[in-house]
Amino acid sequence: MTTEAADAAETVGAIAPAADPGFLQRYGGAIEYVLIPGAALVGALVVFGIFVMLFGKNPLDLYFYMYYGAFGTWFSWQNTLTRAAPLILTALCTALPAQLGMVIIGGEGALLIGALSATSAALALQGMPPLVVQIAMVCAGVIGGGLWIMLAGGLRQYRGVNETISSLLLVYIALAILNHLVEGAMRDPASLNKPSTREIGAANMIGTIPGTDVHWGLVFGLIAAIAAYILIHHTVFGFAARVAGGNIRAAKIVGLGVSKLILTVCFLAGGAAGLAGMVEVAAVQGRTNANLAAGYGFTGILVAFLARQNPLAIIPVAILLGGISASGGLLQRRLGLPDASVLVLQGIIFVFVLASDALYGRIGFLKGKS
Amino acid sequence: MADGSIGFWTVPLAVLGGAIRVSTPFLFVSLGECITERSGRINLGLEGTLVMGAMSAYGISYLSGSPWLGVLAAGITGAMLGALHAGICSLPRVNDIAVGIALMLFGTGLAFYLGKPLIEPTAPRLPAIDFGWWSDIPQVRAALRVNVLFLIGVALAPILYWAFRTTRWGLLIRTAGESSDAARAMGHSVLLIRLRATMVGGFLAGVGGSFLSLFYPGSWNEGLSSGQGITAVALVIFARWDPLLCLWASLAFGGAAALGPALQSVGVTSGYHLFNAAPYILTLAIMIITCSPKRTLTGAPAELSITR
Repeated sequence: MTTEAADAAETVGAIAPAADPGFLQRYGGAIEYVLIPGAALVGALVVFGIFVMLFGKNPLDLYFYMYYGAFGTWFSWQNTLTRAAPLILTALCTALPAQLGMVIIGGEGALLIGALSATSAALALQGMPPLVVQIAMVCAGVIGGGLWIMLAGGLRQYRGVNETISSLLLVYIALAILNHLVEGAMRDPASLNKPSTREIGAANMIGTIPGTDVHWGLVFGLIAAIAAYILIHHTVFGFAARVAGGNIRAAKIVGLGVSKLILTVCFLAGGAAGLAGMVEVAAVQGRTNANLAAGYGFTGILVAFLARQNPLAIIPVAILLGGISASGGLLQRRLGLPDASVLVLQGIIFVFVLASDALYGRIGFLKGKS
Repeated sequence: MADGSIGFWTVPLAVLGGAIRVSTPFLFVSLGECITERSGRINLGLEGTLVMGAMSAYGISYLSGSPWLGVLAAGITGAMLGALHAGICSLPRVNDIAVGIALMLFGTGLAFYLGKPLIEPTAPRLPAIDFGWWSDIPQVRAALRVNVLFLIGVALAPILYWAFRTTRWGLLIRTAGESSDAARAMGHSVLLIRLRATMVGGFLAGVGGSFLSLFYPGSWNEGLSSGQGITAVALVIFARWDPLLCLWASLAFGGAAALGPALQSVGVTSGYHLFNAAPYILTLAIMIITCSPKRTLTGAPAELSITR
């Protein structure tokens, strides 16, 4: 929309203030970005309600326990926020490359490699002051995860390998490396039933935010999301990335270093997911084992798509989906639903959100014209 | 060799057996995906279809007592998931790759949900044909116990190759994949062609899943498929959308996937997990070797979003 058109619309709006089409013309797009995913979410919840009804459960009970388990009490809020922290970071792993038009779905792999690198750093630096160890863990996690996704980006740029498939294959390879190391070279002989690495030590854990049970990883996530937003929307680098994402030929003609852009963005994306792995080790598990492959990387893909790849929108969406997964335990105990019900709901939400893409620009009353 | 111990020969024999046994799901998924991609759409959701197929085949086989009804149920489930994929993709501005990712998560989640009560019971399994009757060596006999589904898959590859080249349906699918405008100009609905191609692809992927739960490994659990579906999608790319090459690639993959268990059976256990990742590493390596940033892949359907 041109400025003149907007001005003209504003004049019309001034003459007929009751309708105020100028408001809709200016903010209609923004309203769409809230309204359409919101409607998709509600639609998905309704379908999920019908689904559990087929198994003889009361959908109203379902909605109540979901709300109660996610946001009903201070305890459930803390549980939700604890789960939201890695989701914010893994969602960035999909959202950042999306600015370049790349679909990366390997956040889970970067998370595992990040966790493994962070644990290695902590084990190598035993005896050093905790702050040094923690900083080393952050660096190792970011670098490990970053290089992992940069590999997918580099393969796309230099070899033309599809990044969606290669990043997913790298998840399985990362899991194999992790299992290989925790059952072999890095195994703690004391871990019998669940092969694990040695513990990083209680002093090196990053602890919780004072007054809560929520660990500092949430703050890491918030900072990363805000930094990603500023990088993408308020810096020259981000502008260049979005130009390359919109039209790669135009980007090449104006002389943007597309290879450098792709590699840097992929590194940052993988770094975010690697940081999520570091957080899970340094705040929750205390060691690396197969428990880390809890699916945060895959849920992160859903978060990124639901947030329409906007780093700031990722924060509330991650809290929402963190809430859904936090309520899973309650659904299991009170309604006897299997633990996979959270996965089913996530799948339905994902399908609805993608189908709702067709609605943009088609809702009559948001166009500012009757 | 009369004493039945054949030493290190166990490994190549197990790899051969694996190439026959493990390759079947790869074969069905890749042939199904080949049909879908030839029509100009990519369905990454076949991983979910595979798991759903495995679950429904096991469930129906357990309830009805007939494994073949299970195979049919798996195919129908797969076709329904394919229809869902195609239905959403036919909406304007919807990205088929993203829908595939969504259905991958949805299919696995739904299979785990519905399959919870199926982990305990034992369902009747598919019968095998003993091609190793001539041999006294148990390992040879084990390697040559071939399932009928494998034979169907092997027969299907040349049939599809022929169908793509000569039949009306094959030509229509290829037209939709190469130029949707041309198909439209001929008076055909591209969306309808793609819907059918995706449903057939889903059917085959579902049948591939039934093999997992009804023959090898032959039980239902949540760790049944770990990326076979997505590996098969990648396999179609380096098989250059050619059903015959899909067959050879699937056999190579089955062999690679059998390497880990085979080495473990002769006592090499140290790199077990790394050997288990062999199919993924192999896929990635072959994609790196065969792809090129300078040109689009030969044989790639022009309408495919993954090659643009």
